[in-house]
Amino acid sequence: MNIENIPLGNNRTRGTVKVKGINNIRRKEIFWGYFFTLPAILGLLIWTIGPMIASLYFSFTDYKVVGDFQWIGFQNYTEIFKNDLNFKKSLFVTFYFAIGSTIFTLAAALFVAILMNISVKGQSLFRTMFYLPVIVPAVASNILWLWLFNPDFGLLNSILDFVNLPKLMWIYDESTVIPSLILLSMWSCGGTALIFLAGLQDVPKQLLEAVEIDGGNWWHKFRFVTVPSISPVIFFNLIMGLIGSFQAFTQAYVMTEGGPNNSTLFYVFLIYREAFQKNNMGYASALSWILFLVILIFTLFIFKSSKSWVHYGGGK
Amino acid sequence: MKLKTVNRSISLFVLIVGAIISLIPFVWLIRSSLMTTTEIFEFPPKLLPEEFQWSNYVEIFSIIDFLLYFKNTLIILIPVLIGTILTCCMCGYGFARLKFPGRDMWFGLIIATMMLPGAVTLIPTFLMWSELEAINTFWPLIIPAFFGGGGFFIFLMRQFFMNIPRELDESALIDGASHFQIFTKILLPLVKAPMLVVGFFTFMGVWNDFFGPLIFLNDEAKYTLALGLLQLKGSYAADWHLMMAAAAVMTLPAIVIFFIGQRYFIEGISLTGIKG
Repeated sequence: MNIENIPLGNNRTRGTVKVKGINNIRRKEIFWGYFFTLPAILGLLIWTIGPMIASLYFSFTDYKVVGDFQWIGFQNYTEIFKNDLNFKKSLFVTFYFAIGSTIFTLAAALFVAILMNISVKGQSLFRTMFYLPVIVPAVASNILWLWLFNPDFGLLNSILDFVNLPKLMWIYDESTVIPSLILLSMWSCGGTALIFLAGLQDVPKQLLEAVEIDGGNWWHKFRFVTVPSISPVIFFNLIMGLIGSFQAFTQAYVMTEGGPNNSTLFYVFLIYREAFQKNNMGYASALSWILFLVILIFTLFIFKSSKSWVHYGGGK
Repeated sequence: MKLKTVNRSISLFVLIVGAIISLIPFVWLIRSSLMTTTEIFEFPPKLLPEEFQWSNYVEIFSIIDFLLYFKNTLIILIPVLIGTILTCCMCGYGFARLKFPGRDMWFGLIIATMMLPGAVTLIPTFLMWSELEAINTFWPLIIPAFFGGGGFFIFLMRQFFMNIPRELDESALIDGASHFQIFTKILLPLVKAPMLVVGFFTFMGVWNDFFGPLIFLNDEAKYTLALGLLQLKGSYAADWHLMMAAAAVMTLPAIVIFFIGQRYFIEGISLTGIKG
């Protein structure tokens, strides 16, 4: 303990040997650190940062794959905002779908998670059943739902008919197509539900019991204990859900081909059309940067607002 | 006490109803895939076919080249599995266990890419592959997997490596083992379960992938199952019984693989959301 008691010279030599050894160990650790993470770092540079810079550059050009291209400044952007009617429609449709599908899918997932959390025999089998829709490949499930949505012979209209409700046109009518696609995404909410389930299992039991002792009912428990304690999970699922649904594409390509009357012309579909069907790479790059900014603003907004409603438990 | 039993019965009832709603589309898929053309267009619909038309499943193999599409999908899937599992384990280990300057910045950037819409990098990536004359080859769908497999998997593996006691590495280091030996001999055998999870998600990703093949492959002989199925939709739009059979064939392998490892997968899926 007493430093002065230790012979000075001895200490010094020991010290240098130690420092040298540590330096060597440190150097090795740095080398191996970069060695092991090199794939990800290279990947980040090659597949993300490089293409982002290139895409930003292209967005200021009239690049069309064939022939020369030149720098045209903000012309793509002004064209998009001033003259592109599809852009406005597409932005509206994408917002409508993204917000609707995020809210309804989250609600469905939370509900399913609560079901998955009930202690009954064979619960693992139920959990599997709720997760199964997630496993169906997107194209296969889209073709299946195309059949379920069929206005003349589909299952959904048969059910409506059976309970004496008027039939719907589902994905074949402009007013019902987005709600129909939201219904489809609610069907495969099992993945999100599993993440909610993990959160539900961490809800402190003593708090739930405390509410019960104070005479609270299930709603009080849900509202004042469960929701606050799973708020970080709600936050995570909300962000991931929004980012995912802003990028919806397959449903529109396989099921509706953007129609009827462009009512499912999702934003990524619009980019796909411009880039790969019309070869307007510069224009499409500008479109994609607008999408990026929109998602960024949304995400930042949710992050900001999260401070008032996301509660992290004491230690975290 | 009595109230509790009532509550439990209601819960169980809702649970069963929920599960049935979740499963109905599958039932419809299978029953429609076993019907004749006339049966499938009856209204109100019949629950079960009069006679199971197993021949539908044979017929789809003769109208589209399912086996070729299956082979193409495997040619992409196998290297992607190897690349993703190998490199995401390496990166997860590096970010969890080794200290080096800039580590947290790189990790932060890699995590941030999870929020980046794919559309932003899509066009330059496509142009790059087209510069390399790799359009209509499988390379654009395979090579990126060897770069860590994406932020999500790196994050997942890092979580697992962080949970393994440090004493293991430290005592091995004192015994003179290198970081490479620690990784391959000591830590890798301990993360088999998350490797399975990554493998399952990767399989699902490739099996499901529609956008990638749509953009990079245009020769029919190179099509994957997802594109093949879509092609069927284009040419046999009215033959719902065949489309349902084809959709069922494409779904089956995914479900079989899920059932084999479901315990790991369900744990893995829930783990990704909570820790971080």
